[in-house]
Order: sequence, then C-alpha cells, then structure tokens
Amino acid sequence: MAVGIWQRLDQAGRNSVPFSTTVAAMLVGMMPLQLPDYSFVAPPLTLMAIYYWAIYRPDLLKPYMAFGIGVLQDLLGGSPLGMSALVYVLAYWLVLTQRRYFLGNSFWFLWLGFALVAVGAGAVQWVAYSLMTAHLVGPGNVVAQALLAIVLFPVPAWCFSKLHRSLLS
Amino acid sequence: MRALLQRFSFLLMVLAAIGLMMMTRVDPVFIDAARARVTDAFAPILGFIARPAGAVASVLESGHQLTALYAENQRLREDNERLRQWQQTALRLEAENNSLRGLLAYKPDPAASYITARVIADPGGAFVRTLVVMAGQRDGVRRGQAAMAGQGVIGRVVQVGEWSSRILLVTDLNARIPVVLETTRQRAMLSGDNSDQPRLMYIPRGVEPTVGERVFTSGHGGLFPAGLPVGIVAATHDGETRVTPIVDLSRIEYVQLVDFGIPGGLAAEAAQPGGMQ
Repeated sequence: MAVGIWQRLDQAGRNSVPFSTTVAAMLVGMMPLQLPDYSFVAPPLTLMAIYYWAIYRPDLLKPYMAFGIGVLQDLLGGSPLGMSALVYVLAYWLVLTQRRYFLGNSFWFLWLGFALVAVGAGAVQWVAYSLMTAHLVGPGNVVAQALLAIVLFPVPAWCFSKLHRSLLS
Repeated sequence: MRALLQRFSFLLMVLAAIGLMMMTRVDPVFIDAARARVTDAFAPILGFIARPAGAVASVLESGHQLTALYAENQRLREDNERLRQWQQTALRLEAENNSLRGLLAYKPDPAASYITARVIADPGGAFVRTLVVMAGQRDGVRRGQAAMAGQGVIGRVVQVGEWSSRILLVTDLNARIPVVLETTRQRAMLSGDNSDQPRLMYIPRGVEPTVGERVFTSGHGGLFPAGLPVGIVAATHDGETRVTPIVDLSRIEYVQLVDFGIPGGLAAEAAQPGGMQ
C-alpha cells in the first residue's frame, strides 16, 4: 500500500514536469543578466517550452495551463495583461492542429515549426501592442527577438528533450 | 464532438485574453493591485535566481576588466587628478552658496531620503522597459518616487507591493519626464519610445540642442525635483533629438529610490492606455 502512494506521488511529480519547466523557463527569462541590450531581445523561453510540450505531451500541458502561464507572465513582467496569454493560446492552437507534421519527423521539422510559431507570435504581439497603445511601435525589437529565438531554439529544446526522456518516458 | 468542444474552449480562451486586455483599460487600479500581489508572491523566487545571474555577470565583467586593467588605471589616475581640482572648486562654491543663501533667507528643498534596493528581475520583452526591485511599501517605497542608479535618473516607481516594486525606465513607451537643457535652459519633455535613446519633445522651433549637452529634470509637474541628471544629447536631425540615458540601463544591479518629500506630484504622469502607468 505504501508503495502505491509513493508510486503515485512519483508519477504526479513526473507528470508535473511540463508545467513546472514552463514556469521555470518564464522565471529564468526574467533574470537580470546585465548584458547590454539583452533584455530587449531576450529569447521567449516560455514560448519555447509551451511549443515543445504542446507537441510532445499536450496531455500534461493543457491549453488552459498555457493561458494561465501567459496571464502570470503579464502580471509579473508588466506587459499589457492578456497579451502573452493570447499569444500562448494561439501558438498552442496552431501547434495542436499541425502536430502530426512535427511529431516523429526530424529535428529540422521541429525547428522549422518553431520558426513559424516565433514569427507568428511576434506578429500577434506587435499588432496587439500597437492597437492597445494606439501607437505604431517600431518592429525592430520584435524582429530581432524572433530571430534570436529561432537561432537559440535548439539549446532549450535539447534541455527539454533531456528532461522529457529521463523523466517522462 | 470532442474536436468541436476543443475548438470552442480555445475560442473562449482567446476571448478571455482579449477581455483581460480590455479590462486593463476599464479598471487599471485593480489590475495594478493584482500585479503588485503577484510580483510580491514571486519576488523571493526571482530574488533567489537573480543571485547566480549576478555572479555570472560579475565573472564575465571581471574577465573583461582584467584585459583593460592598465589602460583603465591610467585613465583613472588622470580622472582623479582632474576631479581633485573639481572638488576644490565644488567646496569653494558650496561655501559661497551657503553664505549667499544665508543672506537671502532661502528656504531649501526638503532633505531627500534614499532607499537602496537590489534589482531582481528585468522582464524584458520587446515592449516594456521595467525593472522589479526588492523593496516595497514596508521599506517606505511609494508610487511616483524617482529611481536613480549611480549618478542619474533611470525612471520612477509605478507599482508598489508589500516587499517588491516596479520601476518604469525612462526608455519605456509610457515614460514622460519634464526636462531642461543644460546650456539654453530650454524646457522639453523626454519621452521614451522603447528604443535605447528617448526622444526630446516639444522643443520650440529655432532652438537647436547641441550634441553632448546634458539634460536635467526640470522639476515641472512636481514629479521629480529639478536638477537631476537624466542624459546627454546624442544626436539631432530633422528636428528629432535623441538623448542617451546617463546610466547604462542594461547594467543596473542596485537602484536608489529617492523620496524628495515633495507633496503631490502625480499630475505630470502622462496617461497612456495599455501598458504600465
């Protein structure tokens, strides 16, 4: 009986990995790194985590969790409330409808898929922000951020897949 | 049926997100309070992970400094020499000032008090320029206080929690600071636009700011006291003048929140819908 409880606890812990790594990615993304100009183009680690888990374990990172994490990020980060939530839900939706193309194919497909999601997310954020502030913001930072995110994607993706393989398979 | 339900739930969440964006405009006070609560709740975690980040940054920094040690030493020696002379001048001027004030029965500004706080998060992103610091209401932080780092103004406090608060940097789209130019004493508004260099607005025609000229707070609107350095005029063309902040905003580790004891002061906040206000 005792084994049953421990096993269940262990399983629950393992099942919470997608959610907790996504929250951790969000918090790590807010670290003050004191690199010149870094924070303007800081790669969206949260988006990467949501993308990865929505493809591999959508049963463990549910869409409403992506929404909740987005709201949390907006509250913590000072961005207009609802903006990140909107982006994450849309990204999740996109990934879910195209999931079979990414799953099982080579890493290149995964990467390409993320490139599309990153560009789309940047565009949605840019439009939403410009509408909200009634002010056309220069797209330079958004473009730079998306490019950097695409270039750096393999690093976090590798970390997620390590965790995925060791804890969830 | 399941697919339909799923699509419906996604639509619902998209609408909810848009609804939240609207709510920011309808009830910003409530949203602000929520932000403060959440930031408070996460401040210990953010503070914890900011420490190793600071350590890594300082290691990188010291490696960089080692390579430039000799030249830096030389420069500092010269600087020191020059500053000693300035110190003498400053002391003389201070004494003169004091005696003249005595003659005029001048009423000095209330003394300022400082709160020093560690930066625990730099949320970044392409749209907002804010910092979260580890000091809040219980440390005496109030909304609207000026935030300084080193020698210059970096922004002001826009959100105060119990033990954490948020600073809106001068480069943010929503930041407006009344300033005055050093040489012409021309007033202007320093207005952030999310770029590295905020813009000087409302300069009358014919007034040409010179590059390298310093920009100080003017004290108008009562938000900041007059005479705090903010930046240096970097470039001016086509009637658009850009100012480089005097403090390197990407390398702030500690922030001084300054309470100048001036009453009122929120009048100068230019209300912008959407982001932090």
